[in-house]
Amino acid sequence: MAVDEIVTKSGDFKVIGKRPIRHDGADKVTGRATYGSDISLQGMLYGRVLRSPHAHADIKSIDTTDAEAYPGVHAVITSKDYPNVESKLVEGGEAGSQDLSYMSANKMARGKVLYHGHPVAAVAAETRDAAEEATRLIKVEYEVLEPILSARRGREKSSPLLHDTLYTDTEGEKDTEPSNVAEHRIYGTGDIEKGFAEADVIVENEYDTATVHQGYIEPHNATALWREDGSLDIWCSSQGHFWMRNETAKILQHPVSKIKVTPMEIGGGFGGKTLTYLETPAALLSKKSGRPVKMWMDRTEVLQSTGPTPGSWIKVKVGATNDGKITAAQVEISIEAGGFPGGPLHPCCLTSLAPYNLENAQVDGYDVVVNKPKSAAYRAPGATMSEFAVETTMDELAEKIGMDSLEFHMLNASKEGDWRVDGPRFLRVGNIECIEAIKSSDHWTTPLQAATEPNKVRGRGMASGFWGNATLTSSARGRVNEDGSVTLVEGSCDIGGSRTSIAMQMAETLGISEQDIVPIVGDTDDAGYTAVTGGSRTTAVTGLAAYNAANEIMAKMSTGLAEVWEVKSDDVTSQNGRFSCNGHDLSFKEAAALLHDNDIQVTGQSTVTPKTPAGAFSCQAADIELDLETGKVEILRYTIAQDAGTAIYPPYVEGQMQGGVAQGIGWALNEEYWYDDEGHLRNSSLLDYRMPTALDLPMIDTIIVEVPNPDHPYGVRGVGEVCIVPPPAAIANAIHNAVGVRMHELPMSPPKVTAALATAGKLQT
Amino acid sequence: MSTKMVEGKTIISARINGQTSDFIAEPRDSLLDVLRENLQLTGAKEGCNNGNCGACNVIMDGRLVNSCCVLAVEANNTEITTIEGVGSPDDLHPIQESFLENAALQCGICTPGFIVSTKALLEENPNPTEHEIRYWLAGNLCRCTGYDKIVRAVQDAATRMQEGSK
Repeated sequence: MAVDEIVTKSGDFKVIGKRPIRHDGADKVTGRATYGSDISLQGMLYGRVLRSPHAHADIKSIDTTDAEAYPGVHAVITSKDYPNVESKLVEGGEAGSQDLSYMSANKMARGKVLYHGHPVAAVAAETRDAAEEATRLIKVEYEVLEPILSARRGREKSSPLLHDTLYTDTEGEKDTEPSNVAEHRIYGTGDIEKGFAEADVIVENEYDTATVHQGYIEPHNATALWREDGSLDIWCSSQGHFWMRNETAKILQHPVSKIKVTPMEIGGGFGGKTLTYLETPAALLSKKSGRPVKMWMDRTEVLQSTGPTPGSWIKVKVGATNDGKITAAQVEISIEAGGFPGGPLHPCCLTSLAPYNLENAQVDGYDVVVNKPKSAAYRAPGATMSEFAVETTMDELAEKIGMDSLEFHMLNASKEGDWRVDGPRFLRVGNIECIEAIKSSDHWTTPLQAATEPNKVRGRGMASGFWGNATLTSSARGRVNEDGSVTLVEGSCDIGGSRTSIAMQMAETLGISEQDIVPIVGDTDDAGYTAVTGGSRTTAVTGLAAYNAANEIMAKMSTGLAEVWEVKSDDVTSQNGRFSCNGHDLSFKEAAALLHDNDIQVTGQSTVTPKTPAGAFSCQAADIELDLETGKVEILRYTIAQDAGTAIYPPYVEGQMQGGVAQGIGWALNEEYWYDDEGHLRNSSLLDYRMPTALDLPMIDTIIVEVPNPDHPYGVRGVGEVCIVPPPAAIANAIHNAVGVRMHELPMSPPKVTAALATAGKLQT
Repeated sequence: MSTKMVEGKTIISARINGQTSDFIAEPRDSLLDVLRENLQLTGAKEGCNNGNCGACNVIMDGRLVNSCCVLAVEANNTEITTIEGVGSPDDLHPIQESFLENAALQCGICTPGFIVSTKALLEENPNPTEHEIRYWLAGNLCRCTGYDKIVRAVQDAATRMQEGSK
C-alpha cells in the first residue's frame, strides 16, 4: 500500500499546500521548453574540447598548427588564451572560497594535467564533427607522473605532489612543507577521553565510499557571443546564472557589467551545475573567431571531467552506556577534493553527528587532492558519506547494547537548543518528529514477511540524516498588469517546479490564484541578484523575496486606491484579495484595472539574505531482499519521513524526497567511478556507470513532516537535499538485519556483498 | 526507394509528425543530429548519445527507437513520431495531461523521451501492470523523480486512454 501523507503543524492556507499544474509544465511535456543545447544562433560555430588522456602529467608542449589549418576551423585556444590570474581566494561555488588560479587551471590545464579528462585545448569549427576532428590534430607532449587515486594514498607523506605550492591549512595555520592535504579541520565539544572512559560499549569502524556522479541527464552546455565592443552574452544551463557570470568574469578578468548570462531550462544539476565548465572556452573561442560558439559535452566528458562527489575514507568511534546513552563520539573524515582543493569538507564534518545530542564529540576532517576531476557539490554535499559511516556504527552500537535502533535514535536525538558539533545550537528542528513518523508508519508497524526462496533473506533497517540548508541571496519582483495578473521576475533557475512554489507564495500573500502569477526566471541584466538554486534554499529564500514583493504590491495598491477613492490609505483594507473602504469593494483584478485606468502602475520588489538557515532532518526505513548467491540487493519497500517546514507545493516536495532517495539507493548499491591503476576512468558511459532505472526501484512512500521554520513567513525549510543522506546507511542496516553482516564500503554492489558474505561464511554457492 | 547522393551527402525523405520532410544528411549523422540540428525539432534530447538514457526516443514505423542510435540515412521513407507530434500545449495528449497532473517531471529533460516511450507502450499494451511499466521504461533514465510519479502517471494515462476509447 503506497502512502503519501502529510503530518502538519503549519497553518491554513488558500494556495499553499495545493497541487496546481506547474506553470512551465505544458512546454516541458510537449518538447517546447528550451534547454541550453536547444539554442541556435545565426553564424553559430560548434566548439569541442581536447582532454587529457592521462590522470597526472606535466604538459611539455602543445602544437595547434594542424588543427588551425583543418577545413572549417575558426579558432583554437589553450591556457595561453586565458589571462594570468593571481592566486587568491574568491567566492567559489557551494564548497566555499576557492583559489582563483586553481579555478582557472581547472577550466583549461596550465602546465599540468591533474585528471583524465582535464581540458587542454578547445576548437571552434563550422560543424561539430570538424571541431572534433581538429582536436585530434593537436599535438600534446606529456611527461606522465604517478597518479594518486584515493584519499588514503594522498594522506601518505610519500605520495607524489599534485601542487608544489599547496600547504596544509590547519584551522588557519599553514604547514611549511607542501602536501596533498589541503586542509585539516577540527571540530569538537566536551572531552572525548572522559566520554569514552564512561562508556560500557565502544564500537569502532572504518569505511570507504566510492566517487559518484550527480548523474543529471542533460550534459553541460554553453553558447557564447563575444561582441567587438567586449560585451559577452552567454546562454547556458546552470543552477545559478549570477554565479556563472561572476565566475566567468573572474577567470576571464572581464567586467561583470559586460557579461549577460541568460538562464536556459536546466536538465538536472544536483549541485553539479553550480560551477562553470564550458562557459569560458566558449567565450574565448567566440572572442577569437568573432562568431557565436555553442558547446555541449558528451556523456563521457560529463563523467570524466565534471562533478563528481568525493570518494571518502572515514573512521568512526562511538561509546555508550548499557542503557543506551551515547557518552562520546569521534569521527575522522578524509575526502577526495579532486585535482584541486575544496571538497565539501565542512558539511561532511558538521552533518556527521548531527542526529545526536552529544556532550563529548570530536570530528577531524581532511581535504585531500587526488587525480580525479575537481569535485562539485552533490545534494547535501558530503553528508551521505559521513552519515553512512556514523549511522551504521550507531546501528551496531544499539545492537551490542541490545536496544532497538529506532529507540536508540529517539533516546539520543538532537533537538532545539542542543549544541551542534560545529558550534551553533540547533534551532527548532524536526529530528524527533521524523523518527516518530517512521515509528508510527504503516511500513514500520507492518512486520516484514520472510523471503520465499531458499537463497534469499530479508531485512529491515533505518537511518536518520541532517542537512543544514543554505540561505544566501535571492530577489523577486512583481509587476501588476491591468488584467489583474502579476508578472513575477525572479532569479532562481527552475530545476524542478520552483517557479510554481515561489509563485504560490506570492499568490498566497496577494490573495489571488497562483494561475494569475506569471513567473519568469530573468537573466542577469533583468532579475535582481540571486545565488544558486542549491542548498535547499530556493523555495524558502526566493519565496521570502516574493512574499516581501507581494506585501509591497499590496501596500502600493492600497495607497493607489486611496488616491483614486480620495480617502486615507490607512483606511483602505485589503483581505483575501479584496480591497475595500467606505462602501468601495474591489477584487484584486478590478483594483488592478482601476489603478491602470488612473495611470497608477504598481511594482514590488525585494532582495533578501536571511541570516539563519533552518536545518532539516529525515528518517528513513528500508526493507531489502538479499540474494545469498549473487549478493544482489533488492529494495522491497522504502519510506521517507522528512521535515519540510511547510510543504508549499506538496507533489514536488514528494518528488524531491523520492528523487533524493532514488539517488541515495543508486549510491548505496551500484554507482562508482572505476579507475584503472593509471587513473583512467573506465566506466564513463551510462551503461557502465549504472544509475537506478524504473525496474530497480519500488514506489517510494513519503511522509512530509511539517515543523514550521520560525524564521520564514510560511514556515518553509527547504526539501531538496536531506532526502539523499540516509539511504546507504538504512540499506546497510537492513542488510545486517537480513544476514548479520556489516557493510563498510560503498557501493554495496554484488562483488562487495559477496565478498562480505564469504568472509562471514554466509555466501551460498 | 533508393536514396539520392549529393557530394557524399544523402537526400532523405521521411514523414515526420504527419508531414513530409526532406533533408540532407551526412553518412555519419544520427537521426537525433538531423532532428535537432537540421529540422529544429529539439524536443528529443541528447543525454548519452549511445542508447542508454532514452531521452532521444522517437517512434519510427511503429517501433520505439533511440534516435541517437539510428543513422539519419536509415530514416528514408519512414514514418516518425517525435514528442512534437504527440500533442501541443493547446491540445495535450492524455499521456501529457497525466504527466502534468501526476507531477511526473521535475527538470523535464527526460520527459519527452518518457512520454514517447509511454505512447509506444500503451499502443502495444493498453493496460500494463506496474511491473510491465517499469520493465518497458527501464530504457529511459530519470535522475530527478525516482520514477514513482512517472509510473503512476503511466497507470493514470492508461486508464484515461481506455476510458477515452470507450
